Amino acid sequence: MSNNRGEFNSKINSRHRTSKLFELFCLSAVLLALVVLCVLLFSVISKAWGWVDVDFLTSHHSRKPEDAGIKAALWGSLWLILLTGLFSIPIGVGAALYLEEYSRKNRLTTFIQVNLSNLAGVPSIVYGILGLTVFARMFDMFPGEQQSVMTISLLITDLSIPLPFGPTLITGAMTLSLLILPVVIISSQESLRSVPPSLRHASLALGATEWQTIRSQVLPAALPGIATGVILSLSRAIGETAPLLMVGAASFITATPGGIDGMGDILTNPGSLLEVPFSKYTCMPMQIYNWVKFAKVEFQEYVTSAGIVVLLGVLLLMNATAVYIRMRFQNKIQW
Amino acid sequence: MNQPSQNSTKPESDSPGLKQSAPLEETANNDESTNASPKRSLVSGSNFDRSKPDNKNASTMIDVRDVNFYYGDVQALFNVNLTVPEKSVMALIGPSGCGKSTFLRTLNRMNDIIDGTRVEGTIKLENQNIYDPTIDVVALRSRVGMVFQKSTPFPKSIFDNIAFGPRLSGTTSKSKLTEIVERSLQQAALWDEVKDRLSDSAMALSGGQQQRLCIARTLATNPEVILMDEPASALDPASTARIEDLIFELRKQYTIVIVTHNMQQAARVSQYTAFFYQGRLIEVGPTKELFTNPTEKQTEDYITGRFG
Ligand SMILES: Nc1ncnc2c1ncn2[C@@H]1O[C@H](COP(=O)(O)OP(=O)(O)OP(=O)(O)O)[C@@H](O)[C@H]1O
Ligand SMILES: [Mg+2]
Repeated sequence: MSNNRGEFNSKINSRHRTSKLFELFCLSAVLLALVVLCVLLFSVISKAWGWVDVDFLTSHHSRKPEDAGIKAALWGSLWLILLTGLFSIPIGVGAALYLEEYSRKNRLTTFIQVNLSNLAGVPSIVYGILGLTVFARMFDMFPGEQQSVMTISLLITDLSIPLPFGPTLITGAMTLSLLILPVVIISSQESLRSVPPSLRHASLALGATEWQTIRSQVLPAALPGIATGVILSLSRAIGETAPLLMVGAASFITATPGGIDGMGDILTNPGSLLEVPFSKYTCMPMQIYNWVKFAKVEFQEYVTSAGIVVLLGVLLLMNATAVYIRMRFQNKIQW
Repeated sequence: MNQPSQNSTKPESDSPGLKQSAPLEETANNDESTNASPKRSLVSGSNFDRSKPDNKNASTMIDVRDVNFYYGDVQALFNVNLTVPEKSVMALIGPSGCGKSTFLRTLNRMNDIIDGTRVEGTIKLENQNIYDPTIDVVALRSRVGMVFQKSTPFPKSIFDNIAFGPRLSGTTSKSKLTEIVERSLQQAALWDEVKDRLSDSAMALSGGQQQRLCIARTLATNPEVILMDEPASALDPASTARIEDLIFELRKQYTIVIVTHNMQQAARVSQYTAFFYQGRLIEVGPTKELFTNPTEKQTEDYITGRFG
């Protein structure tokens, strides 16, 4: 007994030392990451200083660095995110709901589950190739030089859909949707799983149908988690370049999608909204990538940095929204 | 007797007088309650004050025939036969893991939710087999309410918790909901404690209040049968006593099946007691007889505390 006791205590100092060492290691990891991030941010912001202004946001690309702006790319990115959200949220959350709430565990669902995790790890360029084949070219089902156009007559206006989609916004948005769907589904599943089963049981035992249980108990409780996952995935999508390069985002374009560059345009010509998905477009990462390749040093250094700052600004806004939604809904559901 | 068909949704559950049968029983119960309800005694001699089966010729509410139950390949219930008379309290007792909760969940088909379960035999609710393929489970569960061991208030306001059930079946009128909420909370003896803070979160209530809220929530759907799985197991003696009083009151209108580990509790609140052991129903009978004069050796051993 006493022997054991002594041994126990003789090691106690070395155990404390190990614990302390590990703490130091973790601390230095955090500091290192922070330092790198700060240096990066500082160098970008200091170069972009004086370049990011209203003019930069509201003018198109120009040969002269002083006049160059990011307007087309900014609008392109915003539309891209909106459309990607429209496609991926209903499909992603729907799939997660089906897998978590409706399906019973069997071979098929296990197979789907495993493949979801695999798909989440597929490099984005692969999705680019997929998008090119499926959306941009549509398996070359519509041969010929001329793009065929399907016209759907709506009450007030006609909707013209080019077939195949070609290098348009809708192709980009669908490709990005495919890219983020696995992550949206998995993170939504995770939030659904964190809703206590007792909540579902209590609801079902009161005579609620499956759908009533999901709508009034499960979804409200899972919503903050789902929203966070979706917004973080969309933030990832907004920074993607490779797949959009594949599906043909334009390098330089001096028109915003649908010709819309303000709320006024939407109000005066609502029909232009229908043209948006089928417009040629560019987006911020593409624009930045192309500026880097320019010979003029101003482009490489300052205009690029200014573009990066705008991109980071949009990202920051999106993440802030995620945090806001999280806090707001958490207060609302009164745990 | 004309039974409402179970596969249609419950017809207009708003009428408070749900059961048309025998208003006489009501008065009989009232008589007894006046001299038993105000004072409760924990002295064992008076434990059975309430346990007299008071209407011998009450009609059968639940009729369980030859029920076997399986979790996958594992059989959890063996050939259970049991009847529960209308407007009575039946207690289920037995050692842990003997299948009380499993049996309780077969009565409102909550076991259906668990993957790979299977049930054999018939369970009739007012002469209709609830495992009949034509039975609508959703309608069934609004007739057979359930209170869980762990109170499970929804993370909503007290009002919304109670109104949840009525809203499910399409009651939207604010005045009607207010009326149902007040009546249910009164019945569950919670009204006085929460009437000034109906819009507060139900999560802020104490454990005992939460459990009474869950009972009120079940009452709001106007069920005929209430299943309770150890409703007082996590509560202090005072809250337990309130819940027991509540059960005694509820018996006048509802048929109640309650799982309990507490022998005194079974004696205090129930008219009938069923003893389960290793998935088998060993003995069932009027509570007083089962406790004072059990016919089976296992029952006697259990209630005298020799095992379990
Ligand atoms: N979901 C389940 N899946 C598989 N087996 C289960 C499941 N639930 C219960 N069982 C098994 O069925 C048997 C009966 O369990 P049950 O929960 O009905 O017991 P109980 O009498 O309620 O016990 P306790 O008094 O501890 O609550 C036990 O052997 C248990 O392991
Ligand atoms: Mg149990």
